[in-house]
Amino acid sequence: MKLTINGESKEIKDGISLPELLVIENVEQPDMVSVQLNDEFVRQDEHKGITLKENDSINFLYFMGGGA
Amino acid sequence: MREFSDEELERYSRHIILQDVGIEGQEKIANSKVLVIGAGGLGSPVALYLAAAGVGEIGIVDGDVVDLSNLQRQVIHTTADVNVPKVLSAKAKMEAINPNVKVTVYQKFLDASNILDIVKGYDFVIDGTDNFSSKFLINDACVLANVPYSHGGILRFGGQTMTVKPKESACYACVFDSPPPANAIPTCSSAGILGAVAGMLGTIQAAEALKYIVGVGEPLYNRLLTFDAKTMNFRNVNFKKNPKCRVCGEHGIKEIKDYEAVVCEAKL
Repeated sequence: MKLTINGESKEIKDGISLPELLVIENVEQPDMVSVQLNDEFVRQDEHKGITLKENDSINFLYFMGGGA
Repeated sequence: MREFSDEELERYSRHIILQDVGIEGQEKIANSKVLVIGAGGLGSPVALYLAAAGVGEIGIVDGDVVDLSNLQRQVIHTTADVNVPKVLSAKAKMEAINPNVKVTVYQKFLDASNILDIVKGYDFVIDGTDNFSSKFLINDACVLANVPYSHGGILRFGGQTMTVKPKESACYACVFDSPPPANAIPTCSSAGILGAVAGMLGTIQAAEALKYIVGVGEPLYNRLLTFDAKTMNFRNVNFKKNPKCRVCGEHGIKEIKDYEAVVCEAKL
């Protein structure tokens, strides 16, 4: 199925869950990333229950704490 | 409104000829008060550009002194400033660039006991801090005091920034909810930062402050701008204010509290 991940269109196998996608996409610290699915943020404790569908758009937003 | 002197008209001429700024926009800049929190990698370029732009009053907050390892990116400080309080070093450069600007220094670190009183006196705030407890505290204070601000974060070759207009646009906690556990996220001191990346992000924050003050263009409301200097790809991720946000939502915070001190950048 076609997913848009961080703005890029990708072909990903059908029916995978959000935690599986985080593994496939090599997200280093899955519990430290803010996940946005079709413009809505997904709470950390809701990741498990989410199965992705054709044309879903997913963004991974990472903490950046530097500034000095 | 104030009358600009001939010296000021000449100094700001490249702003004034900008159709979207003009003499009125420059007056708004001259009548504005901006608080820069952190006189480091982000705070340096922000403070330099805001002073040069003629922001009437600039507050600058930092409790640290200049360290040799700061000079690779904190461009407001020089080799001669090592061991000098950062706010004093910064104030001297800002006044040297533009004596028309009033600089107020706060030689301290902000916490729940002092942040609201300081933030309340300003029209716009810049987050140039280096740790998550400060970033979330600034977000909380700006939401409670209803003062718009620019969030900034950098790491290695990357940066992210968003502009927050409390009550109207999404806040930092709408996106990231709450601080990560201590040491969970690499920091600039543990993972490094390309000095020029701090300059790239800081100048974006300065531009956002000036856009807000003049009332021109589209601030980074409801979107996070992220970039990777390795590929030079820039990306906007759009979102909406979260009605259930822990901080700015319907049942958001009513008072300011310190976050667990996560000392990521202990001593640079």
